Amino acid sequence: MNPDASTIAAGAPIEVDLSPVAEGQDIKVFWRGKPIYISHRTKKQIDEARAVNVASLPDPQSDEARVKSGHEQWLVVIGICTHLGCIPIAHEGNYDGFFCPCHGSQYDSSGRIRQGPAPANLPVPPYQFVSDTKIQIG
Amino acid sequence: MSGPSDYQPSNPALQWIERRLPILGLMHSSFVVYPTPRNLNYWWTFGAILSFMLGMQILTGVILAMHYTPHADLAFKSVELIVRDVNYGWLLRNMHACGASMFFFAVYVHMLRGLYYGSYKEPREVLWILGVIIYLLMMATGFMGYVLPWGQMSFWGATVITNLFSAIPYFGESIVTLLWGGYSVGNPTLNRFFSLHYLLPFLIAGVVVLHVWALHVAGQNNPDGVEPKTEKDTVPFTPHATIKDMFGVSCFLLLYAWFIFYMPNYLGDADNYIPANPGVTPPHIVPEWYYLPFYAILRSIPNKLAGVIGMFSAIIILCFLPWLDAAKTRSSKYRPLAKQFFWIFVAVCILLGYLGAQPPEGIYVIAGRVLTVCYFAYFLIVLPLLSRIETPRPVPNSISESILAKGGKAVASVAIVLVAAGALFLGSLQDARANEGSDKPPGNKWSFAGPFGKFDRGALQRGLKVYKEVCASCHGLSYIAFRNLAEAGGPSYSVAQVAAFASDYKIKDGPNDAGDMFERPGRPADYFPSPFPNEQAARAANGGAAPPDLSLITKARSYGRGFPWFIFDFFTQYQEQGPDYVSAVLQGFEEKVPEGVTIPEGSYYNKFFPGHAIKMPKPLSDGQVTYDDGSPATVAQYAKDVTTFLMWTAEPHMEARKRLGFQVFVFLIIFAGLMYFTKKKVWADSH
Repeated sequence: MNPDASTIAAGAPIEVDLSPVAEGQDIKVFWRGKPIYISHRTKKQIDEARAVNVASLPDPQSDEARVKSGHEQWLVVIGICTHLGCIPIAHEGNYDGFFCPCHGSQYDSSGRIRQGPAPANLPVPPYQFVSDTKIQIG
Repeated sequence: MSGPSDYQPSNPALQWIERRLPILGLMHSSFVVYPTPRNLNYWWTFGAILSFMLGMQILTGVILAMHYTPHADLAFKSVELIVRDVNYGWLLRNMHACGASMFFFAVYVHMLRGLYYGSYKEPREVLWILGVIIYLLMMATGFMGYVLPWGQMSFWGATVITNLFSAIPYFGESIVTLLWGGYSVGNPTLNRFFSLHYLLPFLIAGVVVLHVWALHVAGQNNPDGVEPKTEKDTVPFTPHATIKDMFGVSCFLLLYAWFIFYMPNYLGDADNYIPANPGVTPPHIVPEWYYLPFYAILRSIPNKLAGVIGMFSAIIILCFLPWLDAAKTRSSKYRPLAKQFFWIFVAVCILLGYLGAQPPEGIYVIAGRVLTVCYFAYFLIVLPLLSRIETPRPVPNSISESILAKGGKAVASVAIVLVAAGALFLGSLQDARANEGSDKPPGNKWSFAGPFGKFDRGALQRGLKVYKEVCASCHGLSYIAFRNLAEAGGPSYSVAQVAAFASDYKIKDGPNDAGDMFERPGRPADYFPSPFPNEQAARAANGGAAPPDLSLITKARSYGRGFPWFIFDFFTQYQEQGPDYVSAVLQGFEEKVPEGVTIPEGSYYNKFFPGHAIKMPKPLSDGQVTYDDGSPATVAQYAKDVTTFLMWTAEPHMEARKRLGFQVFVFLIIFAGLMYFTKKKVWADSH
């Protein structure tokens, strides 16, 4: 009952062009049937994410560990709430990040869980920068 | 099933069979001469009602499966085609969908009856545990069945429920992948759920056979909880229990038919008339009403793993009930304290169900936690403690003694309490929807409302004109074929008029022999063409918000009615939230934006739209569409006509549904009456 060959093949890596995404905007792409949020963060959002005392978080992880160095403005996360799998809404909630409408979990501008029933941060999918304006997810 | 039978058929052919397979003797001893306690009340008819419902679900389900397509791209449409095109497909679907709810309603009554009268106690432990297994299988079946129409609630319900298993440490993620057959809920998930939804009812039927077998070995419990001792304590199953069950079933059918014919969407969710969209989560994900108490328990525990464990143990704990409650007296009739706690427990369950439908915030979370503690305390503290400290009243020596002493009151009041509580519980779903604090749409007088409602033909024809001249430039009507316009219960155009109407449209067809697509005039069998080739094009042309298809819009939109309206709605058959909302939005545009509301660039203020910022510009203005029949050319009239038309497109067979409903009700009332008087006659000497 595990995924069949065609499902696995359809889950191959995808390339995303980042050049049209302006600062403060984000796009949602689908990879393996999951929505991936790619946010072009503002200076304010990055500073907020880095100003937090990491040890105080429910799922401690520094912002540096969640983005690629040299591309700090880009946040790439799987947009599936770690509670029960709903899709959080970007740019909502009290932490300049994501808000899940199902059970009220709130994530910050680094996609880390800050409030609500979700147990973990929004996962970062495997990806790398192919060029300055292009990433490959998968 | 109660020992060897001495049954001998008189027909030689049957004798021949009976010597080789004593099946007739088995039936005879199980369902004819089987001794049943003579003091059983009507709560005992729910066993027969449940068997009937299981048969009903399997029968309608098998026929529905003949027309259903289990594919993510086609499932939603195939369900709509069942309702629109299959002969009596609307009836089959309503029977199956409402049937699931009635099945659960009956099983809850059945379980609570067992709880009240101590039917789980020695020697009926295995019987009770088999019942819990049936209940678990029913929950799995009901959940997977709800996924099959592949609407928004189907999809997101499946996502939330399958994700419950991800809470299991270490293996969680692999289990979820195994359930999905992919990386998320998708086509493989739908396929396996369909397969399992077809399989599980037969497993249920198998366990039901074991359940009945165990029942006939241990014998039925009864309201006094004393075992039958002499022949005077029992009556033969047929005709006594059979006729009583027939009367019970026919009364139950009255309730069932009320939903099938008059309130088919009362227990459902409007969001499930929107096709599944993996990119958009509905604002409130609410399971079907029968899962709500457990959903409330899940949500009230702030830790994910603990929440899942709490939810499952709320059901599993029932298996241990025979040992948690060690009291010797079975029936709560003779246990003054247990009786009170039982009713408190029922109230706790109903309130948990109510909370399960509310948004998880503020007071609801706290109340949920308190009630969760109460739920478990009933099983883990109250029942074990009561069996030690309670002094029961003396039980009668025998069943016949209790019948002689019987007063026979309370039953009616208990029934009323249960019905009122049930209505509160069922209706709590309505409360969960769209509580954005937006203005409530005003009510309208619709020609199609009520048990005898019919569509106003003139309004349907004018509404079609408004759709064609105004709405059709952005909104599709993709489930409606031109031929539908000539069908009974619709706008009543003649076949020739429909052919002429269709030929005005250009329909893309092909490929032809040269391999090219071409355009040709429409035919009656064609569907209304959509204004945009795909959703992305629709989105791009309309500033990012795709205009929704209007075929189902009046069923896919709703608003919260709130307490206590949803209870009255059940009796008044108010079903017109959708039309009220659509008509209100069409008239809700205002130039002046009230203070405190900011409308983004490219949006418009609408008083009744949730959030007030709508991308659609004011579509209708006075005099825009010319009517030939002298009706006023005003926005109010346009809105009324086009909404009536869209109610017809959402449910083309509504008139047939209400007409058949009336006939069924006349039949059922007469049938139930006949059953009642037959039952009285049969039981005349036995009370």
